[in-house]
Amino acid sequence: MSRFAEIMVGLFMVLFLAAMFILAMKVSNLNNFGGNDGFEVTASFENIGGLKVRSLVSAGGVKVGRVSAISYDSETFKANVTLNIEKEYAGFPIDTSASIYTAGLLGEQYIGLEPGAEEEFLEDGGEITLTQSAVVLERLISQVLFNRSGD
Amino acid sequence: MINALERLGRSVLDTTGRFGRGHLFLFRTLLRFFGIFKRPSLLVQQLFSSGVLTLSIILVSGLFVGMVLGLQGYNNLVGFGAEESLGVVVSLALVRELAPVLTGLLFAGRAGSAMTAEIGLMKATEQLAGLEMMAVDPYERVFLPRLLAGIIALPCLAAMFAAVGILGGHLVGVELLGVDSGAYWSQMQASVNFTNDVVSGLIKAVVFGVVVSWIAIFEGTDCVPTSEGVSRATTRTVVSSALAILALDFVLTAVMF
Amino acid sequence: MFGVNSKSGATARAKAAKQQPVVPVLPDGEDALIKIRNLHFSRGRKAIFNGLSFDIPKGRVTTIMGPSGTGKTTLLKMIGAQLAPTKGSIEVDGQNVHRLRRKALFELRTRMGMLFQSGALLTDLTVFDNVAFPLREHTELPESLIRHLVLLRLHAVGLRGARDLMPSELSGGMARRVALARALILDPMMIMYDEPFTGQDPISMGVLLDLLRTVNETLAVTSIIVSHDLQESLSISDYVVIISDGVVVEAGSPDQLRSSDSPWVQQFLRGDPDGPVPFQYPGPTYQEDLFGESTHD
Repeated sequence: MSRFAEIMVGLFMVLFLAAMFILAMKVSNLNNFGGNDGFEVTASFENIGGLKVRSLVSAGGVKVGRVSAISYDSETFKANVTLNIEKEYAGFPIDTSASIYTAGLLGEQYIGLEPGAEEEFLEDGGEITLTQSAVVLERLISQVLFNRSGD
Repeated sequence: MINALERLGRSVLDTTGRFGRGHLFLFRTLLRFFGIFKRPSLLVQQLFSSGVLTLSIILVSGLFVGMVLGLQGYNNLVGFGAEESLGVVVSLALVRELAPVLTGLLFAGRAGSAMTAEIGLMKATEQLAGLEMMAVDPYERVFLPRLLAGIIALPCLAAMFAAVGILGGHLVGVELLGVDSGAYWSQMQASVNFTNDVVSGLIKAVVFGVVVSWIAIFEGTDCVPTSEGVSRATTRTVVSSALAILALDFVLTAVMF
Repeated sequence: MFGVNSKSGATARAKAAKQQPVVPVLPDGEDALIKIRNLHFSRGRKAIFNGLSFDIPKGRVTTIMGPSGTGKTTLLKMIGAQLAPTKGSIEVDGQNVHRLRRKALFELRTRMGMLFQSGALLTDLTVFDNVAFPLREHTELPESLIRHLVLLRLHAVGLRGARDLMPSELSGGMARRVALARALILDPMMIMYDEPFTGQDPISMGVLLDLLRTVNETLAVTSIIVSHDLQESLSISDYVVIISDGVVVEAGSPDQLRSSDSPWVQQFLRGDPDGPVPFQYPGPTYQEDLFGESTHD
């Protein structure tokens, strides 16, 4: 009995580990997180819309990092966004621009990077100066209405 | 009138007393924590009876819950053309809430009630007193292994519940209803966070494990040592565990998410 | 607040009469293994012990008798320090059991055996494992030696052949014999028997009586029996203590008791329904109950 119990408990633990593996690798994609191993650059935006910490950062549609912090600067009245870019994608020119896009009409917001042409590269702690704020739907609608009434 | 007041007062005192005894009991059991290293085989034995024997019901329920989530989620999402998000719906619902809570409830019904009945019978047949008279500490020998086994087994079961449930959702959503398999997994991966979602869910399960096995063992020791007393204690275990799980789930969700 | 309330006049009188606890003197040449002094205990409002004092002689069979509900089992639990009295002390082998630290108490308990009414065998272990249990818990003996010791004890109670049965497969008498083997396995200095004769058929009763006597004689174990089976108890006891209303009513050898002139003891020995121990539970008179208080004049 005791031997049987031991084996069954061993099997139980194996199943548990298998479940944890599924949850870690297939469900939450833990391997892509691998700590914050990349380098950080900041960018300030007039309006970040619905951007959140851990939102996607992509370049050419490929995920290159995530947003690691968001804060509000009360001197410049802008939102400071810290981007964590994975090491293997180091080498963005310093005149790279960052824009906030929406995935689909109502989807999540993400940051798209568009590389510039300079020879120098962004380094850890550097700043992206060319930014374009999020498109806020309400503002867009009101603009359309305003223009109409102006006609 | 006076009688009613007296009864009310007495029942309040009784409940408070039981509450206090329960905490003392947990404290005394945890004081002997290192006793488990003297006889790890007792823990294995208890893991078998509370973990392994609950496994089948957990796997089957997990599969069905996942399948239902897949079906319901699909039917609702397809209206917005968002059926690709099915994986997110199924996995977040399971990992954050359904796996820990349902596993806790099923564990209380399957393993908790068995623990109460077993310990209640040990009390009724003087086995606990017998152990004490043989200079064997029932806290260390009987209660501690059961408590620890519950605390270990419940998160394990919850993880399996979630994993099987997500596979069940995949089965219905992808195999049956034709959601794209790649979208199912990749959307899930994009929005489920390991520490915030998976680990938080498991922390919930650990808390439920403590509460359910604590209630179960305590009710066993505190029962009236007759067959009626044992059956009442068993009922109380299931009812109080269920209430405790649901109430604590609210508190934990409010704190963690 | 726990004391005797005015309704139970009988207890109050008994208490008044025995204000000063008198310790019954043991027969000549006997040493006391257990000394019980001025023990008080109550459960709810009911006083169970009211200044109980007596000695239990070493190496003898002592029977504690009394009507049901006099707390005989409670007394055994107190000797084993599973329950603490509200007042008074119990000394076992020179140690006050309720003042001992846990470790010392457990040490002492390994030298005490107790036979519960139901046997209290662990239901998930076989007969053999049950008897071996104290050895495995308290000693580091090799398995081969444990086997020898267990078989020896099982042989002594005549159940060597039943070693692979589970406790649920045993009859009540057999379970008690296994429990006796288990209580004896650590060679204790004393064994407490809680109602060993209740619910036994004549044959297993005879077996038990015989075993009890043999154990006491061959192993020089102090035996304490709690019982209300009069004839059986008297036939094997060296010393008998009768308890009622929480105090010792009479103590002495079986012969002394038979010749006692106490009406109480005589009622107990003869089994009279009415006497010093009333047939009726204390309450208002029958007339009062029948006709209500209006006829009370």
